[in-house]
Parts: sequence; C-alpha cells; structure tokens
Amino acid sequence: MSPTSEDNPSREPPVVRVIDLVKRFSGRAVLDGVNLEVLPGETMVVMGPSGCGKSTLLRHMIGSMWPDAGRVDLFGRDLGEMSEAELDQARKRFGILFQSGALFNSMTVGENVALPLREHTNLDSDTIDIIVRIKLELVGLREALDRMPAEISGGMKKRAGLARAIALDPEILFYDEPSAGLDPVTSAEIDHLIMDLSHKLGVTSVVVTHEMDSAFRIADRMAMLDCGRMLKVASRQEFEDIRDGQVGKSPASDLIRQFLRGESEGPITARRLSSGYAEDILSVGGGEPTRSESNDA
Amino acid sequence: MDDQSARQCVKAVRWIGGSAVVDVQGDVDLSRSSEFQQSLLVVMDQKPKRIVVNLAEVPYMDSSGVASLVKLLRRARRQEVVLRLAALTDRVRSIFEITRLDGVFDIHPTVEEALA
Repeated sequence: MSPTSEDNPSREPPVVRVIDLVKRFSGRAVLDGVNLEVLPGETMVVMGPSGCGKSTLLRHMIGSMWPDAGRVDLFGRDLGEMSEAELDQARKRFGILFQSGALFNSMTVGENVALPLREHTNLDSDTIDIIVRIKLELVGLREALDRMPAEISGGMKKRAGLARAIALDPEILFYDEPSAGLDPVTSAEIDHLIMDLSHKLGVTSVVVTHEMDSAFRIADRMAMLDCGRMLKVASRQEFEDIRDGQVGKSPASDLIRQFLRGESEGPITARRLSSGYAEDILSVGGGEPTRSESNDA
Repeated sequence: MDDQSARQCVKAVRWIGGSAVVDVQGDVDLSRSSEFQQSLLVVMDQKPKRIVVNLAEVPYMDSSGVASLVKLLRRARRQEVVLRLAALTDRVRSIFEITRLDGVFDIHPTVEEALA
C-alpha cells in the first residue's frame, strides 16, 4: 500500500519515508515492496505477526541494514546516499530503545546515559552530570544512577535504555518491542513516557510491537505488516473499527482482526495449517521404504 | 547554521532597582548553551539581589540549556541571589514540567510578577 495525501492532511513533510523497500535473505523476500511515511510528532506503531519483517524494517529506518531495492529517507534525505559523516549527523537526531535496553554492563546506569553526551558533544562533565540526572528523573530512575545494570530489573534496564536514547534530545525515537517482557504496570509506565515525549515535546516515535494493549494506548497511526508486505496503514480509530467490526468484510480485514484480537482461529492460523505440511513431511529423506527397511518381516 | 545562531543569546540586561532582568532570544540548544551560561554568569558577577530570566522569546530549550540554568541556580543559591524564570513559552514550560524542574525553579507567568 502506498501512502496517500489523505494520510497526511497537514502536508508536513514526513520525517521518515520508506519507499518500495525490498529486502531478501537467502533469496526469500523478508520485505517485499514496503511503503510507509512517518509524520512529524506522530507515534506510528508498526505491528504484525512474528517474522513478518517488523524488526528488519526498523533496522532499515535507522541505517543499520541496507535495502536490496527501494530506499529509506530520513529527514528528507536518502539514507543510502549519505556519506558516513552525514549518517553520523543524522544518527545524533534520533534515539533507539532496543528490546533489552542494550546497556553496557561494565558501566553504571549513569555512565550509560552519559555515553552519547560524552561521545557526541563538547559539554563539560558537570553539565553532562546534570543532564544525566534530568533524564533519569524523567524515566523515574534517578535512584539507580550509581548502580550496575546487573543490579537492576529488566524493566529498570529498559527505562535506563530509554534515558540513554533521549540523552541527546532526539527528534525521532525508535522503539523495538518496548513492552516485551515487562509486567503490566511497568509496561504502562513506558507507554506513558512515550506519550509524554510525543505530546509534550513533539518527539516523533516509531514503535515496533505486537503488544496490542500498548499499541492501542500509544498510537496515532498504525501500520500492519504481514509476510513482508504492508497490509494497511491507517489511524488508530480505523484499526479499532476493524478489531471491533464484523468478520467477512475483506480477507485483509479478517487477517488484521484476528491479529488484533489475538484469536487462535482465523486466516493467519489457517494459512499456517495449509502451508504445505503434508508435502513437506512426506518429502523427508526423499525416498520410499524398500522391503528390507520395513518391519513386516 | 541559521540566522539565529549568529544572534546573541542574551538580547538585553535591564536593571530595575537591584534586580537584573535578562531578556533571552532564540532557541537555547547545544550550539548556544555555553554562551547562554557565560552571559548569565557575567550578570551574576555584578551581584544583583535578584535575576529574572525572561524566556518569552525562547521557542525551544534543549537539555544543555536547561542544565545551564540548573548550574546557574546552584551558584545563585550559594551567593544568596534570587533566581526567577519568567514568561516561559508553552514548549519550554513543557520541558520543565516533564523533567519535573518546575518544582525546582521559581517560575512566574510574566516578568512583572517575577519582579513583584
């Protein structure tokens, strides 16, 4: 599906633009002509079944993976056309929260948050120390300043990772499964942080997730990937309407509805069940038993 | 660089009685926070009883700008100078709110109220 002007009533230029993106692994298309626009200040949730290409799409958007065809524009520039120096400049303008928090275990939480400030600015250590405390307060983790990552919980690691991701006041934040593995309260706290950063500071957010409660809480718009193709990009309201609507409007809606409702029966599971299992298992070894291999002697 | 970076961060310092009103202009971000801090320290060296930082013309302040103000507040408290912020734009106010620094700084809606 290609983005249309209807998706962008304000007509502000998108900060991220994915155009006809194709990525193949071992000849198999993991992303097959994907299009997506992310507008300034919005929270775009990218969802889809496991293995549908969500994380691969995210990696292309942050310039850590390169397309076989198509392109990704960030801040109006083709990432593939940027020099290494330009790419470094662009990277200062976005932050990434990885699934695990991706903290350096040999550094304290505070040192982890200070790292991008030390690497990318000339600020003195006193100023950096103040900024670190501000960021940790923002994620509710100031008390963990001097603790090592091994001494804090998974949820705290994720919040520390978020503090580090926002250390340089990024214009865009990319989140890879921010709620995965968190208890419901911590998950809701992370969601509120994402919303605060978006609504109060105007930060653009791209969130890859398959946690539906979280997705519907934070999204302005949503994108549904399936088998490497973009099935639908629409407002949260439209996805809510599909989730709550009747079965049978269209095959795509039925598939999206099953995913959003987390139902065990529907087109997604039917597809798995009918995906050549018989041919697959009957071809194991390639041959048929000979009389000497059989047990009927 | 845009035109703003060529402009002085501190537009004017007005003395009203023993108070210094510092009018700031433009974004206070990484490219200007150091200059911002130095300008305010110069004012503080003149030993005012009170400094009012007028942020009416500051559309955006990043973390380095906020940290500069925190450092200034630390010094003001040591020197027993009253430091007040005034006329924050919505976005800058949000930055202070989300970082909960609105409870640390003495913030006033207008310069006049900050001088009262």
